[in-house]
Amino acid sequence: MSSVTQKKGFGAHVWDYLTTVDHKKIAIMYLAAGTLFFAIAGFEALLMRIQLMFPESTFISAGLFNELLTMHGTTMLFLAATPLLFAFMNAIVPLQIGARDVAFPFLNSLGFWLFFLGAIFLHLSFFLGGAPDAGWTSYASLSLYSPGHGIDFYILGLQISGAGTLISGINFIVTIITMRAPGMTFMRMPLFTWTSLVSSSLILFAFPPLTGGLFLMLVDRMFGANFFDHTMGGNTIIWEHLFWIFGHPEVYILVLPAFGLFSEIIPVFARKRLFGYSSMVFATILIGFLGFMVWAHHMFTVGLGSTANAIFAVATMAIAVPTGMKVFNWILTIWGGSIKVTVPMLYALGFIPSFVAGGVTGVMQATAPLDYQLHDSYFIVAHFHYVIVGGIVTALFGSAHFYWPIMFNRTLNHKLGVLTFWVFFIGFHLTFFLQHFLGLMGMPRRVFTYMGGQGWDLFNFISTIGAMMMGVGVVLLVVDVLLSIKSKPVNKRDYWGDGRSLEWAIETPLPFYNFKQTPLIRGYDPYWIEKEEGNKEGMVYAEPLGEIHMPNNSILPLVMSIGTFIAAFGALYSPWGDQVQAGTATGASPAVSLALIIGGLGLTIACMIIRSVKDDLGFHVTVKEIEKIEADLAHYRATGKKGGNK
Amino acid sequence: MMKGLKKWRLFSLLTVMTVFLSACGEDYISTLRPAGAVGKEQLNLLLLTSIIMFAVVIVVSVIYLVAFFKFRRSKTGENHMPKQVEGSHTLEVIWTVIPIILLLIITVPTLNSTFKFGDVAAMDEVDENGNKTALTVNVTAKLYWWEFEYPEQGIITAQELVVPTGEKVYFNLIATDVKHSFWIPAVGGKMDTNVDGINKFYLEFGKESKDLNEGEGVFYGKCAELCGPSHALMDFKVKALERPAFDTWVASMQATEGNTASSESANVGEATFANSCLGCHAVSAVAGPGMGPNLATFGDRNRLAGFMDHTVEATTDWIMDPEFYKPGNTMTGKYNVTEEEAKAISEYLMTLTIEK
Repeated sequence: MSSVTQKKGFGAHVWDYLTTVDHKKIAIMYLAAGTLFFAIAGFEALLMRIQLMFPESTFISAGLFNELLTMHGTTMLFLAATPLLFAFMNAIVPLQIGARDVAFPFLNSLGFWLFFLGAIFLHLSFFLGGAPDAGWTSYASLSLYSPGHGIDFYILGLQISGAGTLISGINFIVTIITMRAPGMTFMRMPLFTWTSLVSSSLILFAFPPLTGGLFLMLVDRMFGANFFDHTMGGNTIIWEHLFWIFGHPEVYILVLPAFGLFSEIIPVFARKRLFGYSSMVFATILIGFLGFMVWAHHMFTVGLGSTANAIFAVATMAIAVPTGMKVFNWILTIWGGSIKVTVPMLYALGFIPSFVAGGVTGVMQATAPLDYQLHDSYFIVAHFHYVIVGGIVTALFGSAHFYWPIMFNRTLNHKLGVLTFWVFFIGFHLTFFLQHFLGLMGMPRRVFTYMGGQGWDLFNFISTIGAMMMGVGVVLLVVDVLLSIKSKPVNKRDYWGDGRSLEWAIETPLPFYNFKQTPLIRGYDPYWIEKEEGNKEGMVYAEPLGEIHMPNNSILPLVMSIGTFIAAFGALYSPWGDQVQAGTATGASPAVSLALIIGGLGLTIACMIIRSVKDDLGFHVTVKEIEKIEADLAHYRATGKKGGNK
Repeated sequence: MMKGLKKWRLFSLLTVMTVFLSACGEDYISTLRPAGAVGKEQLNLLLLTSIIMFAVVIVVSVIYLVAFFKFRRSKTGENHMPKQVEGSHTLEVIWTVIPIILLLIITVPTLNSTFKFGDVAAMDEVDENGNKTALTVNVTAKLYWWEFEYPEQGIITAQELVVPTGEKVYFNLIATDVKHSFWIPAVGGKMDTNVDGINKFYLEFGKESKDLNEGEGVFYGKCAELCGPSHALMDFKVKALERPAFDTWVASMQATEGNTASSESANVGEATFANSCLGCHAVSAVAGPGMGPNLATFGDRNRLAGFMDHTVEATTDWIMDPEFYKPGNTMTGKYNVTEEEAKAISEYLMTLTIEK
């Protein structure tokens, strides 16, 4: 089973990735898929900014613009930010808690494939009659009215990938609660593990309302139900509630792991313990909890009444308090430290002021009567991009540089990284800072064009220049990644020299079973403690070298996901759909539609039965095999050659 | 000497003000130059929160920059090992309590304004004769156009809202097809027009609109909720008149009662209009809600279809191919006219006026 010693053909590599249940390989797949969709959605954003560069531009048509804005938002949140964070959660969390893998490796693979095939399904809409065009919020009256199959792709694609996200979330909750190494108490867990735990718990509670809402819309649009059709006694406001009960926590699902990543990066490069660890944990939990109490602040102008608006305004403002605690704790971590400005640290240092700027405009919008002016204007566009780009994207870029040595045993280039940072960072502020003022000057969001002479021309032009710079920044990052393939292997533990948590204690490249013996955790920042005491071996171990029990690879998760993918086409082309009946969309015959649905779901269920009935107990790596793998790895690190020292 | 200095001061102050105001957008669309009590109160909230939040950003940035420049490794030395501090209860309390105080300062006017703006009880108040004391306008948003009905006055118009200045004007808001949102940025915040039920709110128009935008004379209104391909083009205009002028306007609107277009008319435009357009577009302001915008005051309008030039040529182009100008509109394909007929209709429409 040694992955180092055996030379494999290309086909074997592909098969390995299709069937893998190894959290490190799944992390790489999440990273690759997330990057792909990030690039697609970024390209969509560029097209939109080019259209808005000048007033009354005809570069992109009104209908296509709405498809782009919908796909940009949906893709960035569901198919780029979420999988990229999952990539780091998969790669790092098991190492940080000293586990061999996640609690349910099979489900981990299933979660990835559901996400990926859901995402592919959604993107097929571009080639099969038009993408969804009702915004990422897909408000019910417009999405029911929307002709063609676009919205159907949105519903089914998100339903499938959402199931994948939910499965992964549950997996991480169980992993973090049950698989911590001896001595890793809750209050010794690194902040990234903590935020992953809280974020996964949010997924557990936030995704079911979305799934429920999407299901209602699915039967509304494809099978003639009327949950949201106001002419038939339905109610569109219910969709808004369901969507935002999911949608607001979703923001925290994404931003909390980003906070966690920065809480890992900053102490390492400040060479100082994270300031106020327990208050950071407390703030994380509090933000997660309050995140469920504030959804209606997206609906201040819906007409819920003064009392509801007042309550949600105050609740929303309350979130500023724990968030502020976090910011001050980060600053106090660097205060008195010894700051080394590496690329990850550069992103962290850029993150702090950007995120604060995004946070304070959030408080302004929490002021309900003021939000009547700001809502759905370019001000809100500026606000959430400051939070998402300034908070989440900087975390992802910084962490890519930070964890590249662990994930790939390679490094990203420092000089290119610094250049990328400045191009992207300046472009980001150039794009979004002026959009605050565009909003205040009366420009509504989601407009495909605007008339000249309303005082918006110059700022829109500058904003587009900024967006192009961001695009250049992303291209530079991709170049950096490609160059890293040919760079020198790292072949050591603690690449940055000041690693504190457990993931830095293990030498790269990693064996597939991670630590050969489960480490013993003697306090917060366990690896730092060992280094302080002069331990050259990395960690002390909690067990003697013994057999390691590992899970078998399986193709079933992929087949199960393909089953849902097929069934989704059956539902999409349902002859009972509103738009098919209205003649704006093509439908299949009842027999074909039902055959696809039943056949697809049947395939999924058959795989589930196989998985349940057929015992798969995994395999054991014997002590002898472990010793051989470790020796091979040592040989590789010393000589750069695979093949073992016989 | 002193006088000269004062003039110089005044001049520089004026220059600064001009620059500042130009950064605030145009007075017919910008929330930063509000005309009316609601918009002004919202601007005050914006200023209050901005000042507090700007102070927060400054304080955080200063601490952050000091920390960064003071504790760089180039200063502390490559092998310096910082003291590993766990945290500080005192500091934690400070940066919990101060934000709470700042938020409480914001909370008071927030709650005050929320309930104030939400109070529409005066809508139903009547005087001793049983007449409503406040003006109410029923706003109906439809795919890419706006209908404004004045129930007490028994008149209806479209695309151009006409309101009196200096008093609260109440709105009943609803949409008939998909959700839209009713927003006049320079006058006050928006409210959604849901399909499910009526929303109520009020605005105050603080000044006449006639001098705005070099004589264009209207505030700009926008749809603020994505509603389909032509969401960006779903504009309307607002004329704010002093009360006597408004009353005159209402009376002229009421005087259009019974107006219609005759298919027997010698005017080709009117005859074609009667045959092809009258089914959806009324030419009397005393009418019920229409399939299409009421055209009784078309000649007085400022824009065509909310955003196009108000000329015979543009109107002809619009009639010939509305889909090109406003994709997804519900007028396309409902009629069949030649180019000459369209031009005649346009000329006829320009004669529909009550103000001239």
